Amino acid sequence: MKSVKRYSTIIILFLVLGTLKFFGQSRSLSGDQILLHVDQNMISDSKIVISRMVIHGRRDSRTIEAKTWQRGTNETFTEYLAPAREKGTKMLKLKDMLWMYSPATDRIILISGHMLRQSVMGSDLSYEDMMEDPHLPNLYLAVVVGEEIVNERPCWILDLTAKNEEISYHSRKVWIDKVHYVIMREHLFAKGGKLLKTIDVREITKVQNRWIIKSCLYKDVLKEGNGTEFFIDSIILDANIPKYLFTKASLKK
Amino acid sequence: MIRFLLKGLIRDYSRSLFPALIVAIGVMLTVFLHAYLNGAVTMVIQSAAHYSTGHVRVTTNAYAEEADHMPNDLALMWIDSLLTDLRRNFPDLHWTPRIKFGGLLDIPDEKGETRVQAPIFGYGVVLLAPNSYEWKILNIQDAIVKGRIPQKSGEILITDELAERLGILPGQNATLISSTMHGSMALSNFIIAGTVQFGIAAMDRGAIIADISDIQYALDMQQSAGEIIGLFQDDIYNNEQAVVIATQFNLRQSHDSFSANMRTLRTEGGIGDYLDIVGAASGLIIVIFVLAMSIVLWNAGLTGNLRRYGEFGLRLAIGEENAHVYRSIIVESFLVGISGSLLGTIIGLAGAYYVQIYGINVGTMMERSTMMITNVIRAQVTEVTYLIGFLPGLLATLLGSALSGVGIYKRKTAQLFKELEV
Repeated sequence: MKSVKRYSTIIILFLVLGTLKFFGQSRSLSGDQILLHVDQNMISDSKIVISRMVIHGRRDSRTIEAKTWQRGTNETFTEYLAPAREKGTKMLKLKDMLWMYSPATDRIILISGHMLRQSVMGSDLSYEDMMEDPHLPNLYLAVVVGEEIVNERPCWILDLTAKNEEISYHSRKVWIDKVHYVIMREHLFAKGGKLLKTIDVREITKVQNRWIIKSCLYKDVLKEGNGTEFFIDSIILDANIPKYLFTKASLKK
Repeated sequence: MIRFLLKGLIRDYSRSLFPALIVAIGVMLTVFLHAYLNGAVTMVIQSAAHYSTGHVRVTTNAYAEEADHMPNDLALMWIDSLLTDLRRNFPDLHWTPRIKFGGLLDIPDEKGETRVQAPIFGYGVVLLAPNSYEWKILNIQDAIVKGRIPQKSGEILITDELAERLGILPGQNATLISSTMHGSMALSNFIIAGTVQFGIAAMDRGAIIADISDIQYALDMQQSAGEIIGLFQDDIYNNEQAVVIATQFNLRQSHDSFSANMRTLRTEGGIGDYLDIVGAASGLIIVIFVLAMSIVLWNAGLTGNLRRYGEFGLRLAIGEENAHVYRSIIVESFLVGISGSLLGTIIGLAGAYYVQIYGINVGTMMERSTMMITNVIRAQVTEVTYLIGFLPGLLATLLGSALSGVGIYKRKTAQLFKELEV
């Protein structure tokens, strides 16, 4: 009986010390360090993703399926798989350039200027959002402003302020999972403080030792409708992707 | 009596020429201005009806709220049954569906890559149907500058100014980049069949015209259209009738965001307010003219009477009654008013008819205009134009003389001889 008591005391002590260590560690992290941890978790060298977008418009909902090949953060190739009208449409992003190929016209069009503000396939996401550098520490200064439970996950709340005027969203508020370093919720603001977009992560999953977002709701607040749901149906991280895929020539293949 | 006074007026120019000229100038300006404003208003109504709103326009409630942004995601669906219904219930109007859209026109180089792009706004109209009413409404036949009207699917018209800017000619390919009804990016290839010039700055800057079925396909809008416009058979807007038709139609519709809703031209985009302002301004011009002319003629009458001070004194001294002298002045002014108004109306009408035929080009003032109004504004002479200056001209002359002639009653017979000695 005595040994059981001693054993329990040791376990409780261990747990208390462990918790204290964890909180001591987490409290000492700055906003920028948290973002770096998020980057380390979420950004892989390469990936192949099959995803679905369910766009809830004012009148109806549509589902768009796509396969994306991504190498680093500068090279992305996307081919739309469904619906029939969009099938075969391809997009190539190389650094800050974006081209689109439409099989109906057999033309490769550079998407630039105000076209970047258009929505991607009618979703709540714009081409400009797609073009954004995913390394948040490159774009924003982060400050931890609080903590909150989101989707039953303990999260830090970070206020992000753009480092320069050219960034699409002047400020952001992000909720980051304290354990998995995944963004669980995000609010994007204009310079005047107007809320423009919200992202609510619904499900995260572990793939090859990384925690990734499996489904989320992306909502353009200024747009009517019920937002766009994103689902990742399959993902291969650190995949071997041939170089030629990230060339304009591959758009017409 | 009148003959006697007329002779006096003709022989003594100083009595009649100046007042008659003032009346003539005033009447001429009124007549011309009325005809010009009338023409401008008619052209605003006609241009708005033909290129924008129709005499009545059917859209969804949601589309109507954002019509300026051409929100094709809120377009009317299943338009065939709606068109059949409109044509059966309101046969006094021509009904035609349209899709308005914005986007870019992309011109490829020899490798098929973008050579040049320009922002455009487009009209998907019934263009390929035999005897299309749109040819008449949009005046397409006369607007052709190069090439021809599209004869088959996949051909479009673009404005000549846009073609010059893009450096393209009829026969060349262009890709339309726009948004589908669902918001996806839409890419479609077209062949330029011809170039057009509508004489409307807002259109000529960068419009394209395509057949509606091509645009329905390009923008994924099968069986849909942004709007259905209705135009009276005689092409003259009748507000009362339009209101009755719109009320009848709307009574049968439900009121949710995507139900059809009919609006009249006056209720669209502030056109009613504009017409009211022009109407009020027109009335104000006439009132100001009458008042200003009266004051000028009053002054002219006073000066004249001062000059004829002795004459009136003598006439009163030899026994003519004050009222008789006063009446003779009024009759004289009536004759002056008639002649001045007649002259002014003739000159004003001549000018108005000239501008009705040849118009005045205000294109330089409309370069950045977004209003659907033609660059050449033509006057419009109506029955009212014949009287609009004549009656106020006459009225102003009579009023001026009536005011200045009051002095006759202030002359005292007892002092007349004393005054005449001086």
